[in-house]
Amino acid sequence: MNRIESLFKKKQNGILSIYFTAGFPQLNDTLSVIRNLEESGVDMLEIGFPFSDPLADGPVIQHSSFKAIENGMTLTLLFEQLKDARQHTQMPLVLMGYMNPVLQYGEKNFIKKCKEVGIDGVILPDMPLDYFERELNSVFLENDILNIMLITPETSEKRIKYIDQLSKGFVYMVSSNSITGGKNNMDLQTNYFSRINNMRLKNPTLTGFGIRDHQTYKTACQYSNGAIIGTAFIQHIAEHGVEKNSIQSFIKKLRK
Amino acid sequence: MKKLKPDKQGYYGEFGGAFVPEMLYPNLYELQEQYESILQNSSFQEEFKSLLRDYAGRPTPLFFSKNLSKHFNAQIYLKREDLNHTGAHKINNAIGQVLLAKRLNKKRIIAETGAGQHGVATATACALLNLDCTIFMGEVDIDRQKPNVERMRILGAKVVAATSGSKTLKDATNEAIREWINNPVDTHYVIGSVVGPHPYPDMVAQFQSVISQEIKQQLKEKTGNGHPDYIIACMGGGSNAIGAFYHFIDNGKTKLIAVEAGGEGVYSGKTAATIALGKKGIIHGSKTYLIQTEDGQIVEPHSISAGLDYPGIGPVHSYLHDTGKAQVVNVTDQEALDAAFHLSKLDGIIPALESAHALAYLHKMNLKERDVIVINLSGRGDKDMLTYQKFV
Repeated sequence: MNRIESLFKKKQNGILSIYFTAGFPQLNDTLSVIRNLEESGVDMLEIGFPFSDPLADGPVIQHSSFKAIENGMTLTLLFEQLKDARQHTQMPLVLMGYMNPVLQYGEKNFIKKCKEVGIDGVILPDMPLDYFERELNSVFLENDILNIMLITPETSEKRIKYIDQLSKGFVYMVSSNSITGGKNNMDLQTNYFSRINNMRLKNPTLTGFGIRDHQTYKTACQYSNGAIIGTAFIQHIAEHGVEKNSIQSFIKKLRK
Repeated sequence: MKKLKPDKQGYYGEFGGAFVPEMLYPNLYELQEQYESILQNSSFQEEFKSLLRDYAGRPTPLFFSKNLSKHFNAQIYLKREDLNHTGAHKINNAIGQVLLAKRLNKKRIIAETGAGQHGVATATACALLNLDCTIFMGEVDIDRQKPNVERMRILGAKVVAATSGSKTLKDATNEAIREWINNPVDTHYVIGSVVGPHPYPDMVAQFQSVISQEIKQQLKEKTGNGHPDYIIACMGGGSNAIGAFYHFIDNGKTKLIAVEAGGEGVYSGKTAATIALGKKGIIHGSKTYLIQTEDGQIVEPHSISAGLDYPGIGPVHSYLHDTGKAQVVNVTDQEALDAAFHLSKLDGIIPALESAHALAYLHKMNLKERDVIVINLSGRGDKDMLTYQKFV
């Protein structure tokens, strides 16, 4: 069974997934970040491959992406770095990034390579649903890579059902209509969260965008199976580096 | 005349589509569902046409240039888009989209701008039609296009500096898209070219198609034949080019030539010649040719003309190029400058640096005396005086 599906089978509450940009702050930090997050008790990782024009991202992830590109990060290099990752961790690993680098790598090669290095799922926020269904669904299925898709407060009920049908693993519930790193008040979104809850989707949900501290993490966990944290973590390692102690204390503070 | 329309998903052949994050889907869906019926609506068309006529100053003249014709030994006409209100063809699309936004009950307009021409046109339409207006402009462009920044402010628009990435047009577009994600309900994003996700390329092409409609009619009145041998237009994103081409595509006679900014030379590392260097990929939500690295990072282009300084082209132009329906060429910064000075002295018209690229291509053609050529003079050169002063 895919590691993402196993995770949700064994744990339904308080799942914590951390996003970080590969190649940031240093080019070769990828494996240490993975190891240190695993030892801090994180449940799942989203490894971002950088893109020069990240449309859905706020200043913090934009900056980490530019820096990573400047450092020399490419998809080819990332796969090289991840070659031995499965010797260090059995956590579910998800790759996240924009379509253009994937197109240049070759979409099918990309999925096959994901399988080869032990990636479990992929999030490509700018891949259209109909395009996925038409062009790539079968390649994802063949390689047992899960395609994880986003829903937002503005997504219609009909479309949420369609996304849920096409999704495997979990549905990524974007907390508010915003780019990443927003400072929105989660309590204002509880109507949306309950609406999704009441739809009884076949997939579990994780809440992301704007989750940044214990309070927002708690709210996310109350309405979904857990939370995804990106911007706040990247800000932390930008300021404090990727040492184990510092990462552990960041995660501990979140969970309390 | 066959109309050039994308399919239902917004594809011209393999180009186009809507590669956008889910956060943008509802905004685009609303537009995709409604733009055609609004554009076809007769009261909309009436309002649009009357503003183009009485406010923007259309039809713009089709000027037979005796001097250019003599110089190049051919029949050369200039489509005077430079005589539009605000100084370029950009006003056609700005008025169209702001009218559309009103019909969608939007309260606020956002737009990106490079040289500032689209920003000024959008700010102008918003002033006229009383909508709140915010323009995103790269920090670098704000510095090099000061007069246009002031014009936008006088017109009541808020100008926001895009400080991400390379701080030019591509980044201003990113910032405008991010702003739209954050304000999905009451805001309409007026894209300035035939770029971006479906339905923008088709919508902008329709608003600009008035250019070729007029050329056809005016040429027929003047020569008895509405179909020239050549149409030449400069191309950044490609809005004036598609506007000038639209009614001549596939007519079996007219050769359509789009002139890109070669910058300091296609292989100099300082160029915006997308077709010469680009590979297929995705930029600003659309599949098209773009200048990028091997691993898919978008490369910052260069052109002396801020309006052509864009690393992609509209998907419709990728399609026209790949199917041979249009020819894409490029000229350098220097060739454009020379052509601008040439026209200024010869005809008393100071063209925009963008439009000068189209003029420069005349020097590279083997023309016959009977050839009828229409150059789309997309804008006037007032905004480029600082650059011209440096080189005159």
